[in-house]
Amino acid sequence: METLCCESLSKSFDGVQALEKVGVCFPTSGIAAVIGPNGAGKTTLINVLTGFLRPEAGRCLFGNREITRLAPHRIARLGIARTFQDLRLIQQVSVLDNVMLARPNQRGERLLPALLRFGVAEEETRNREEAMRTLRFVGLEEKASDPAGELSYGQQKLLTLACCLATEARVLLLDEPVAGVHPEMVEQILGLLRRLRDEGKLIVFIEHDIAAVRQVADVVIVMDNGQVIAQGPPSEVLERPEIMEAYVG
Amino acid sequence: MEYALHILVFVGIYIILAASLDLLAGHTGLLSIAHAAFYGLGAYTSALLTVKAGAPFLLGVLGGMFVAALLSLLVSLPSLRLIDDYFVIATFAFQMILFSIFNNWNELTGGPTGIPGIPEPSVIGWEVTSHLEFVVLAGVFAILAFLVVWRLTTGPFGRALHAIREDEVLAKSIGKNALRFKITVFAISSALAASAGSLYAHYITYIDPTSFTVMESILVISMVIIGGAGSLWGPLLGAFVLVTLPETLRFIGLPSAVAANLRQIIYGSLLVVMMMVRPQGLVGRYALGR
Repeated sequence: METLCCESLSKSFDGVQALEKVGVCFPTSGIAAVIGPNGAGKTTLINVLTGFLRPEAGRCLFGNREITRLAPHRIARLGIARTFQDLRLIQQVSVLDNVMLARPNQRGERLLPALLRFGVAEEETRNREEAMRTLRFVGLEEKASDPAGELSYGQQKLLTLACCLATEARVLLLDEPVAGVHPEMVEQILGLLRRLRDEGKLIVFIEHDIAAVRQVADVVIVMDNGQVIAQGPPSEVLERPEIMEAYVG
Repeated sequence: MEYALHILVFVGIYIILAASLDLLAGHTGLLSIAHAAFYGLGAYTSALLTVKAGAPFLLGVLGGMFVAALLSLLVSLPSLRLIDDYFVIATFAFQMILFSIFNNWNELTGGPTGIPGIPEPSVIGWEVTSHLEFVVLAGVFAILAFLVVWRLTTGPFGRALHAIREDEVLAKSIGKNALRFKITVFAISSALAASAGSLYAHYITYIDPTSFTVMESILVISMVIIGGAGSLWGPLLGAFVLVTLPETLRFIGLPSAVAANLRQIIYGSLLVVMMMVRPQGLVGRYALGR
């Protein structure tokens, strides 16, 4: 299994150093939490890893493959999916359509099969079944035909997770998957993350909720001022007073 | 009767133009102001191939579609890598340049005098000469164009187009090559507009640059907006309304100078009223430029 690593990544916005020589190697599987105060560079790190931002220096590797300059859709096709802090969904279409959209390698998205409709109906049936399976996994199967925009905030977060899963990515980069969500749903989402870890996926999530991090993370990566200032198991990292001070401060 | 059939031929031609523009603007979210330029490219290519090279009608049509698709890349490859706003400007520039070429390359296009004597179509032995036969031919072309648009805007391809229109960042994050979709759709939309141009050239048997001005692009955009962008039937309805409306004005008996101006006023006010009352068009669900 490929490991996701980055080496001395730097990125600045108008003179503000968002990432400064960041080097991290995530475990091949498991749950890694990225924590740190606002503006620490957590989201920038995800944006660089997924190709939405180009770093000024450094590189990202997935296994032996350099992915630093790949377009976002190519990185997604390698099996690295992500969610966004501001929920991104196609609001007007159904929950099911959102998930079906995310299915990988669709023949019907190519020009000739789309025009001639060769094998597209069968593929759609398969994709619909797979999408329903994913919706059952996150507990949204009863909402399948509702417009995505009508879901509650927490349900929309579940749906973005379902879309990530539907891409069949092995690496999931989740930007605040439980922020602003009802406590019961936090438990539900954390439970899903555990199950995904058990299936061998790597989950990297940005989170401010330390209790949630403590509950599920195998590794904690602490960022501050665009740098990684600590990493290790939560039992060790979260006990260090200087870390908690930086985080709270 | 002949007159009504004549109008129907134009309804067919404009259905092709409106449906193909809707594929691009309504379904993919890319507004092109160059639709008349591609319409003209089809007309000129087809006319030149048949008049100067003696090619058969269908070869003229395919030639026009090919040239239009090819030249669409000149606009889409550089501009779509940037943000979509540049695409609108690039299509506007392309429209202006193409009109200048039609109007000034005298040796090839005949300049302002245009190309006369374009042969009437002959499709595998079927000589299309009467108005009724032209209605059938335009109908077949319109149905084919409609089928292409329908197949590309439903199913997985259409789902991806709509996702790109609604949220391109999301589409990329789940592995959709947004650039490839946009370039493909622009080429197809342009090629379909070109096929309408061929139809026009071989129906009127004479073309000059005035039929392919930016006003013509705006007329087609109006059809899409009034009918309803991003809907299956909207552009058809829009094309029908905007082709037949000026013709009905003719019967009110106004002097032609007044009627021509009145027509412009009606288009303008119709657009303003639609924007205010029903931005998604008569039967549409999606408001352009939202």
